[in-house]
Amino acid sequence: MIKNCPATAGSRSRREKFKIVNFLFMSISVEEVKKIARLARIELTPEEEKRHAETISAVLDYMKILNEVGTTGVEPTFQVTGLQDVTRIDEAKDSQIVEELIAQMPKVKERELEVPGVFE
Amino acid sequence: MDLNTLSIKQAADGLKKGKFTSVDLTEACLKRIKLRNEEINAFITVREEEALEEAKKADEILQAGEGNVLTGLPFSVKDAICTKGVRSTGSAKILDNYVPPFDATVIKKIREVGGVLIGKTNCDAFGHGASNENSMYGPVRNPHDLLKVAGGSSGGAAASVADDMCIYAIAEDTGGSIRQPASFCGVVGLRPSYGRNSRYGIMPMASSLDTVGPITKTVEDAALVMELIAGRDPLDATTVADKFPAYAKELKKDISGLKIGVPREYFEIGTDAEVNEITRKQIDKLSKMGCVIKEVSLPHTKYAIAAYYIIVPSEDSSNLGRLDGVRYGVRAKADSLYDLYAKSREQGFPEEVKRRILIGTYALSAGYYDAYYKKAQQVRTLIKQDFDEIFKEVDVLITPTSPYPAFGLGEKAQDTLALYLADIMVSPAAVAGMPAISVPGGNTAKGLPVGVQIIGPRLGESLVLRVANLINK
Repeated sequence: MIKNCPATAGSRSRREKFKIVNFLFMSISVEEVKKIARLARIELTPEEEKRHAETISAVLDYMKILNEVGTTGVEPTFQVTGLQDVTRIDEAKDSQIVEELIAQMPKVKERELEVPGVFE
Repeated sequence: MDLNTLSIKQAADGLKKGKFTSVDLTEACLKRIKLRNEEINAFITVREEEALEEAKKADEILQAGEGNVLTGLPFSVKDAICTKGVRSTGSAKILDNYVPPFDATVIKKIREVGGVLIGKTNCDAFGHGASNENSMYGPVRNPHDLLKVAGGSSGGAAASVADDMCIYAIAEDTGGSIRQPASFCGVVGLRPSYGRNSRYGIMPMASSLDTVGPITKTVEDAALVMELIAGRDPLDATTVADKFPAYAKELKKDISGLKIGVPREYFEIGTDAEVNEITRKQIDKLSKMGCVIKEVSLPHTKYAIAAYYIIVPSEDSSNLGRLDGVRYGVRAKADSLYDLYAKSREQGFPEEVKRRILIGTYALSAGYYDAYYKKAQQVRTLIKQDFDEIFKEVDVLITPTSPYPAFGLGEKAQDTLALYLADIMVSPAAVAGMPAISVPGGNTAKGLPVGVQIIGPRLGESLVLRVANLINK
């Protein structure tokens, strides 16, 4: 497959190159970090937000090296084993570890896990 | 004779011949831990009474004429691997009180034959790091020079073996986490092919790259451990069904004419001069032993770090979503559900873990998925194809494991990108799912160990071990 696809970035059209380069050149702002932290459910301090904006921008900036690689027509590899549809019979089994699981729960009431209301 | 300094082979022989008992071995290791662990900080949890109990049981198994080569041997397990009834923190405060109700499959296999679990080793939290400075339980110091890092993320595991605090260790490698600390600490570390060993019970980082493997004193020891822990597991659908050989027996197979590739990209990277020299010396040695040396090229090598540091944080951000303070682990004080999540995760994760979750969340978010995650997976295909093509010409590849020997504590801690680039030689094999081993190649003038890496084709652990064994002799 690799032999049939254009292997160098130089063969891409100028407009296409600009679009991709535009994407990956973005550094990340404190506002963006706030938004992502909210999605990831992590409460960062303002100091952390600033530090992450800086360090993540440096990392993302490094990522533009991938622009050099032509990947038109290349299939992504999500995992290398090539295995597909590995199944088992859908039957319930007794795990026999109920007591150990309850022992791990942070807050228990009458053998049930207690959490703040979801729809508060 | 200090029993804790024995290899698996030597300890197993001694036990079989009745020269000493598992209790003797375990006591020797515990003594060493008491002496050295405060300085080195390799262990987060040490099991004194429980390990001696297990040793007594192992002695009974051996006396009955049963058991196998790992019976009765004290071993350590990286804290990011679940061990039944034994606290497993992943080196992060969010699991400070977590006691898994199950063993990881590979650990179960060892404990079932009477392996003695002596303790849980310190690591970069959930595998996030290349120096063991990202642990919330303090850094691990290199036994060869206490001012230097032990490497990461399995720094504690490598240090525990290097300092003879146990006979061998089980650790995990996503992008170098077994091999790099093995190189820094002067021990053997094997990353098997992805899918060779079960990931069930390994606290997951990147599901398409994580592997679990041994850190040992000799290559033969690594082969012996692999024979027990490898194999398909119904609890891990990504394990392959392919049969594996008796790795230890295969070490003796003939090596003359084996073709060893030297990929030029690994020597153009600006590697430390001594590391280069030590690696070249080993290449010469292999040539003199009858191997055929061939200069080769893996053109996409330089993109592996970028691909790795998009794929891994992406999968990682998804996997670490399970750590939310709800069902297990440490729950922060909070009135609302959102605060419960956000505060537990804020307090429970170190900075580097939070950083990778943020990078991953960003890379997978709407509008960026194609530019980052999909692109990285496409580059991954090209990296893998490089390897597949090259293994038509040669049997294995030889490279340094790390561009430099162990660096100073704190030296790179503030430079995120520099620490990512530390993985430049170990990440390509990881991205492609190839097996790779780090074996001690020599020491620098200042006495720091330098590891040499052998990379093989998928499911080619036997070849990798065989060549590494030549270097090890």
